[in-house]
Amino acid sequence: MATATHFLTPEEAAADGPLESVVVRFAGDSGDGMQLTGGQFTLSTALAGNDLATFPDFPAEIRAPQGTTFGVSAFQINFGSSAIETAGDAPDVLIAMNPAALKTNVADLKPGGLIIADEGEFGARNLAKAGYEANPLEDGSLARWQLINFNISQLTLDAVKPFGLGNKEALRCKNMWTLGLALWMFDRDRAPIVEWVKNKFAKAPELAEANIAALNAGHAYGETAEIGGQLHQHHIDPAPAEPGLYRTVTGAESISIGLVAGAQMAGLKMFFGGYPITPASAILHHLSRLKEYGVTTFQAEDEIAAISSAIGAAYAGSLGVTSSSGPGIALKGEAMGLAIMTELPLVIINSQRGGPSTGLPTKTEQSDLYQAVYGRNGDAPMPVIAARSPADAFDCAIEAVRIATQYMTPVMLLTDGYIANAAEPWKVPDMAGYVPFPVTFHDRPPEEGEAVNPYARDNKLARVWIRPGTPGLTHRIGGIEKNVGTGHIDYAPANHQAMTEIRRDKVLGVADSIPDQEICLGDKGGKLVVVGWGSTFGPIHQAVRRMRKRAVDVSHVHIRYIWPMPNNLGDLLRSYDRIIVPEMNTGQLKTLLRDQYLVDARPVNKVSGQPFKISEIEAAIEQALQ
Amino acid sequence: MNELTKLTPKDFATDQEVRWCPGCGDYAVLKAVQRTMPDLGVKPENIVFVSGIGCSSRFPYYMETYGFHTIHGRAPAFATGVKLANPELDVWIITGDGDALSIGGNHTMHILRRNLDCQILLFNNEIYGLTKGQYSPTSRVGTRSPSTPFGSVDRPASPCAFALGSGARFIARAIDVNKFLPDVLKAAHRHKGAAFVEIFQNCIVYNDDVFAPFTAKENASNQLWLTQGEPMLFAGGTKGITLDREALTLKLVDVVDGNWQAAGVIVHDPKNRAVAHMLIDMPFGAFPMALGVIYDDPRPTFESAVIEQNAMASAGKSADLQLLVAKGQSWQVTKEPHAI
Repeated sequence: MATATHFLTPEEAAADGPLESVVVRFAGDSGDGMQLTGGQFTLSTALAGNDLATFPDFPAEIRAPQGTTFGVSAFQINFGSSAIETAGDAPDVLIAMNPAALKTNVADLKPGGLIIADEGEFGARNLAKAGYEANPLEDGSLARWQLINFNISQLTLDAVKPFGLGNKEALRCKNMWTLGLALWMFDRDRAPIVEWVKNKFAKAPELAEANIAALNAGHAYGETAEIGGQLHQHHIDPAPAEPGLYRTVTGAESISIGLVAGAQMAGLKMFFGGYPITPASAILHHLSRLKEYGVTTFQAEDEIAAISSAIGAAYAGSLGVTSSSGPGIALKGEAMGLAIMTELPLVIINSQRGGPSTGLPTKTEQSDLYQAVYGRNGDAPMPVIAARSPADAFDCAIEAVRIATQYMTPVMLLTDGYIANAAEPWKVPDMAGYVPFPVTFHDRPPEEGEAVNPYARDNKLARVWIRPGTPGLTHRIGGIEKNVGTGHIDYAPANHQAMTEIRRDKVLGVADSIPDQEICLGDKGGKLVVVGWGSTFGPIHQAVRRMRKRAVDVSHVHIRYIWPMPNNLGDLLRSYDRIIVPEMNTGQLKTLLRDQYLVDARPVNKVSGQPFKISEIEAAIEQALQ
Repeated sequence: MNELTKLTPKDFATDQEVRWCPGCGDYAVLKAVQRTMPDLGVKPENIVFVSGIGCSSRFPYYMETYGFHTIHGRAPAFATGVKLANPELDVWIITGDGDALSIGGNHTMHILRRNLDCQILLFNNEIYGLTKGQYSPTSRVGTRSPSTPFGSVDRPASPCAFALGSGARFIARAIDVNKFLPDVLKAAHRHKGAAFVEIFQNCIVYNDDVFAPFTAKENASNQLWLTQGEPMLFAGGTKGITLDREALTLKLVDVVDGNWQAAGVIVHDPKNRAVAHMLIDMPFGAFPMALGVIYDDPRPTFESAVIEQNAMASAGKSADLQLLVAKGQSWQVTKEPHAI
């Protein structure tokens, strides 16, 4: 059986064996606590041993006007008893907390899928706000799906009545009621959620009790309500996984702890300069709580100050790190050039979001690849690596630190809004298995008659790193071109040529320190290869797997090292008849591959702010093979 | 200290050829800084000069200390990173009127309000020199320049008023060629926190003699040098500053036979923020130019607060990586997938 995401009727289930995976989407007003509900459901699902992937999808407005379609916040989770690599295509279950949530999400629901709606919110006012002329719960317009509706609002109010909350506060417990019902539907344990609620409301025990009561009431409702065959319980077996200790991790978390790990492996303190921007801020938030790991965080006055302070800290001997999203990365461009020119180690994280300018701040896209590889004045080469998933981002962060410190260069790590916010189970790594890469500062003063040369290089072309405070090695660096042999200002034509080539060769040389490009699925050579990078890993991998099960000759190659690329990549790509490159942009990696290898890489593009669906990649594969 | 007392101004000069225009005020400031350094008791290797872009920002290349010539307007941000990464370093920022108040105005404001321990020397020549003479944010109304051939129409910024408004705790003024510059630099260095020094610097090529009404020898009587605890006298002690108690403004008085008390001349208290504001705002012409240490009232520095908080937040906690990666709610997968 494929790992497709199907919610089956009892008859179908009986015919096809047990359910393997289910996609559930919680949708409600941005004030309804849908992200929180989704997050807690994710936790209980992980604890039940299922593999899972999530997709939080929320509006840019913090509290858009209540009941409006643009204020709808959704959280999708795909979980199952086999490997899950995407948040799922079409949901099997949609939990709609109001008409706007129903309206904006129902079209995605699988035919025959289940809608659970809070009829208490389907009054005339909310229906009008969502643009419904008639109540969809009553007019038969949802006939393609299974519909169950009951007054969740009222049921919640009844459940929390003993705690004497105001109407507004009582209704806030709706999400917990809904979560209770969902936990019952999928046979999940309530205990960890109860624990979490008690912790969260430790200072307001009555709120904790009310929320727990709502949770229990939702659960009990599932157990006892007689709603016929529609609402019934499903059990999804745990996914087989490598034995070990697991936790859930979001991309923002794994990058933060990966940076801390990288700094420790380099033997450095970390300085993080950041400026609030969606969806990158979460990294600043995480790191600001890790001071015991030698992390100093600095919320700067703007994006430029954020990177500039990080470069200043790098000059002074710390690992400099800055993080932003596209618009902020654009502002940092000039300072990146200075870090390239002065050859200081720096990690720049770009959590990509949609569109130029402000674009789609909370949606995901991979459209900053050109910006990462090419987006600076002058010949300004910089290594770029891209994480494929929240868990992968941990190793990518360590790699970024390694390259930055070993090659004395800024490095850009690309993730995106999807990776930053999404959660997945992560096998806790054994840190003893990582090889440290300690930095050696240059501290030997020059011999009598010799001068300090801050641009003296090792065999990798990395220059020496001299910390201010080191006696006998005072020197000056800056953005003006420096003499190749002395480090003094030098505008001579031949010198600039030589320095430009050194900067280029140093960065290209990083390729010698990275692993060969592997094939994620399939074989070298064949009819078709699907080449991806970043967060499209899940849908590409699933699509290729499904096609291969149908005996289609297709392989999956996923590139982590965007610049420079692995030494074997050209040969590998040329071993296939055809190459397609699915990207959430208009074809940026495609351009890079064509430029580097003169191969006929064909684009498959999606720029809607939503991740690829597996079915979309499957269709692209079929089309490419026609 | 023995080793330090042997240092001379020459020990702080690099072997690099200085590339400012002949006659530029920057030479005088460079000499004054090099002359001041040996008296500060700081080893050259513990000093970092950070600059932005502009004529004055070449300064670090000529100081035999650590130095970082960065990008336009951002020196305060780089300096903040340097100081937070290593608070032991003695950080000097070299900037100009365009660098600090135009492209970098934001960073100047924030380094002052945060109160990072550093010295900020703003070379004010009221012109963009390196880009060949355009008017700057401190140029007076009517300044004719390549970009304002009919004269500039926008009102200039006052560097010291900007600094005071941004929360600076040390504000001083000095003149490039004046003998008191080293004293002002020493006072700035003594101040723990962000010390803001506006240096009137003559651009001989694009804005020559723009400060002559008070810097020229014959106009020295227009200089009001402020000293803590001393009366605010100028013009050879024949004139002084007093407070118009009804209008709550400063006013000029004549001092006869040195009897400043009788004239009601006020005594300089650098901790008096309100008077500092009035001294900075005195319209030149009707009043002399207030020079020296105008305001000096230290308070805790940014980096000391960061260090303290980092230490507090780390107290009793381990920096064990294994603990960090396993943080949060976790679960054990055994060989046999277990059913719930």
